[in-house]
Amino acid sequence: MIIEKTYDVVIVGAGHAGCEAALASARLGLNAIIFTVSVDSIAMMPCNPNIGGSSKGHLVKELDALGGEMGKCIDKTFIQSKMLNASKGPAVHSLRAQADKQEYSKQMRKTLENTPNLTVCQKEITKLIIKDNVCKGVESVSGSKYYAKAVVLATGTYLKARCIYGEVAEYTGPNGLKSANHLSESLLDAGISLNRFKTGTPARVDGRSIDYSLMQEQYGDNPIVPFSFETDPESVQKEQVKCYLAYTNEHTHEIIRENIDRSPLFSGAIKGTGPRYCPSIEDKVVKFPDKDRHQIFVEPEGLYTNEMYLSGLSSSLPEDVQEEMIKSIKGFENANIVRNGYAIEYDCIDARQLKDSLEFRNLEGLFAAGQFNGSSGYEEAAVQGLMAGINAAMKVLGREPVVIGRDQGYIGVLIDDLVTKESHEPYRMMTSRSEYRLLLRQDNADLRLSKIGHDVGLISEERYERLLEKERQISCEVERLKNIHIGATATVQDFLVRNGSTPLQTSANLAELIRRPELNYDLTGELDPDRKELKKDVRDQVNINIKYEGYIKRQESQVKQFKKLENKKIPLDIDYTKVNSLRIEAVQKLSKVRPSSIGQASRISGVSPADITVLLVYLETYKEKKDV
Amino acid sequence: MKKTDTIAAIATALGESGIGIIRISGEDAIGIADKIFSGSKSLREVDSHTINYGHVYFGDEIIDEVLVMLMKAPRTFTGEDTVEINCHGGILILEKVLHAVLKSGARLALPGEFTKRAFLNGKMDLSQAEAVIDIIEAKNDLALKAGIRQLSGALTENIKTIRAKILEQIAFIEAALDDPEHYSLDGYSVKLRKIVKKLITRIEYLQKSFKDGSIIREGINTVIIGKPNAGKSSILNLLSRSDRAIVTDIAGTTRDTLTENIKLSGISLNITDTAGIRETDDIVESIGVKKAIEASNNADLNLVVIDGLLPIDSEDISLLESVKDKQAIILINKSDKELKVSVDDIRKYSDKEVIIFSAKDNTGVDELENMIKSKFISNEINFNDQIIITNIRHQEIINEAMESLEMCLSSIDEGYEEDFFTIDLLNAYEALGEIIGETVDDDVVNEIFSKFCMGK
Repeated sequence: MIIEKTYDVVIVGAGHAGCEAALASARLGLNAIIFTVSVDSIAMMPCNPNIGGSSKGHLVKELDALGGEMGKCIDKTFIQSKMLNASKGPAVHSLRAQADKQEYSKQMRKTLENTPNLTVCQKEITKLIIKDNVCKGVESVSGSKYYAKAVVLATGTYLKARCIYGEVAEYTGPNGLKSANHLSESLLDAGISLNRFKTGTPARVDGRSIDYSLMQEQYGDNPIVPFSFETDPESVQKEQVKCYLAYTNEHTHEIIRENIDRSPLFSGAIKGTGPRYCPSIEDKVVKFPDKDRHQIFVEPEGLYTNEMYLSGLSSSLPEDVQEEMIKSIKGFENANIVRNGYAIEYDCIDARQLKDSLEFRNLEGLFAAGQFNGSSGYEEAAVQGLMAGINAAMKVLGREPVVIGRDQGYIGVLIDDLVTKESHEPYRMMTSRSEYRLLLRQDNADLRLSKIGHDVGLISEERYERLLEKERQISCEVERLKNIHIGATATVQDFLVRNGSTPLQTSANLAELIRRPELNYDLTGELDPDRKELKKDVRDQVNINIKYEGYIKRQESQVKQFKKLENKKIPLDIDYTKVNSLRIEAVQKLSKVRPSSIGQASRISGVSPADITVLLVYLETYKEKKDV
Repeated sequence: MKKTDTIAAIATALGESGIGIIRISGEDAIGIADKIFSGSKSLREVDSHTINYGHVYFGDEIIDEVLVMLMKAPRTFTGEDTVEINCHGGILILEKVLHAVLKSGARLALPGEFTKRAFLNGKMDLSQAEAVIDIIEAKNDLALKAGIRQLSGALTENIKTIRAKILEQIAFIEAALDDPEHYSLDGYSVKLRKIVKKLITRIEYLQKSFKDGSIIREGINTVIIGKPNAGKSSILNLLSRSDRAIVTDIAGTTRDTLTENIKLSGISLNITDTAGIRETDDIVESIGVKKAIEASNNADLNLVVIDGLLPIDSEDISLLESVKDKQAIILINKSDKELKVSVDDIRKYSDKEVIIFSAKDNTGVDELENMIKSKFISNEINFNDQIIITNIRHQEIINEAMESLEMCLSSIDEGYEEDFFTIDLLNAYEALGEIIGETVDDDVVNEIFSKFCMGK
């Protein structure tokens, strides 16, 4: 007999996107069910063993500020933690943690299983149930029907997945898991257009066979900064594992070059387009012929195993070439390969079919998130999952969708890019993609986004109150420092000389001293007897706000300019073919994306500033005509 | 529905003249013109870029005998089908023909709408469209040349080169932030410093040119001051009457006094006549001098006229002192007779340049002309390789870009991390883009085209 059930929200896929989507909708009080092809692989990390990293760390912190789970989960399961780019400006500081993969997966599974209103179910979903352009639910391989008011697709890399190394190609999902081969047809039937993307992973090596004495040791930070704003920093100070830095050499590159014709990437066996920014080693050797070595980070996969991940050595060369290549690296002469690297090809969508709420423009009630949308990376997936989950819930609850602006967070940049820009490869978050990154720092994610999280209903009253108090402390302290006048006394001059700073000519306020490159908030404490004891996160904000005040103001005025165009809305019923002087390419691109504002329109590749001006002028007359 | 409506306007100045032109542009331009035109062939059948003889009718009535220029898109000013009807000059005829055109389906064009369409159709960028206004409004040769050079895209090219260089730097910093393994920022600050310095020099050059630019565009506001009977008005008359000069009255200027616009070797002098003061100076002489001083305070240039036939007196002295901190040239007038005032006499009270002058026999006129030129135009202006910023909007943007680059420079010197520099560089980049319309700013376009006159 066929099972028929009804839920508020159905989530397809239990990877990093699916988990966040399921938790968000269930936590908002909705009856949710999450489907996976294997319950044992919930929140699996089939590629790198880390969470965070350059710009991805920002995503995790933002997700946490909105009430997501990833930050909390990694805080419980990391085995090493490091703030990247600490020598650069605060905008590009990024937190990255090595995860114990199995622990992470277990921890997330436990969280899902213990969340009220949430059902976990192992079943392959093969069809969408669609009626009059509205998604009504999904159907499983056995024909069971699960009706819902909103459906979130988060199928990751499983759709018609195909793993390839050298001449070998197998129709499996990542790590040899079962792929999902039926859903693609149903998506095509529903009028959804699909892309075929490719990504890859490096080999894993038995740690016992590696000679670490020939490599540089990489330690974690002390003290450790947690990802979640709710995690007590004290609770995460623990023993950390070491990672190692090794290098390829000319011999390695020679091996790759000699066998390049056997690479499925170059032989044409792989049709999907791979990411430019996460290239395989064969890509790097071809792209940077002058480089005599490339970095390889050797990272443990977890405490439960000896397997080591070779970051930077992603490859789909035949296994014999992979072995030869790895053994050519110093310290790997006797390496035993546990799993070889491979490339994986999968179906995903052109995300320009989505609105900025991640709902399909032409299929009401159907949402999409994660690698299915053409992104790459666990963190990118997780934040989309959270937003899709939130917006699915908003839909069910009859509330307005929640959209994060480009000026509010990397999440906003990521989703806006995905739904606006044509992409030919998996989209990876990068700091350069964010225009206002000095405002969108990892350290102030809570200050930027907790209010939204609170309004949505995922941030508790108590946590929100704490945030408001933090905000108050920061602004009071900044104000106070601006009003403390420091005279050119002997004590002050001595302090300045001691810290390599120029003595004062006339008096200054304390904020001005903090602004000096060689000084900071904490250092100037000895000139400030009335200073109250503040928590580290508050002190950090005070320091950054004062030190970079000029630049922060400049970015704020850039945001103002940005918002002007963002607030110029384009009517939904606009017919671009009627806009005179608009070039044909622009008409096509605009008709495809259907941007909601002039700002979004201006970010579409193939739409020039001149086209935007034409559009602005048209809208002006359009408005006049409507007014009449 | 048609994509655009067809617009029409009288394109020549109103008044009695030999010919007047009605310009029609838009998808229906040819059809509309054809409805009121009768010639040997229908306008729908003639070739593009031809001149056609015939008559304009309104109903059955012949309004005028005309020549019709027919130009099909896209090789036209607006990029649309364009018809220009050459009528006999005269307001009545032009208005009748225009009326007929409007009755046949065209709409009266807004000021600047033809140029706006040219811009929207990609026939020119923003700075070129602005050059069109400059050309129309040019008061002298240099202003005209500057406008034509800008219309040719010279400014656009210059701005594009600067922007490309800035973008290159932004791209490199961003690439290094994203892929530190393959793009290193080590030592980059030093390199960037040099590049930004060079860019600043380039922009400074544009900034400086604005000084020339505003002189070229607006002319030099000049006041002639001097005692009664020193010969002020005869000097004015001499300059006005000279065969190099054309006098035009500018009505409705904000000044109470009449300002005359005089062309002097390519640049304009807006000379304020202090004649009004002279009439009252017997009664309240001191007030008269005071008023003249007030006018001189607002001027770019003071011409101080000393009566050479009378020894220097306290009035002369107070005049000389009043221009101490201003641009001024001293003219010892009436050198056709024996002078009682020497250059040395003046030197006691002023270090300004002195010219021995005679309004009667033209002594010193050439010297005066050269002196004014060297004072106001920094170098010999060569329009072949030089760009002159004449537009205030451009000047403001250039100042803004300059400010950003200077901030970038000081941040480099203060040892900021590289990722900050992109904020300043991007500001400069975006600002410069506004000159040529590469940066979208919704207010600018409408503002620019609102400055145009009808029919352009």
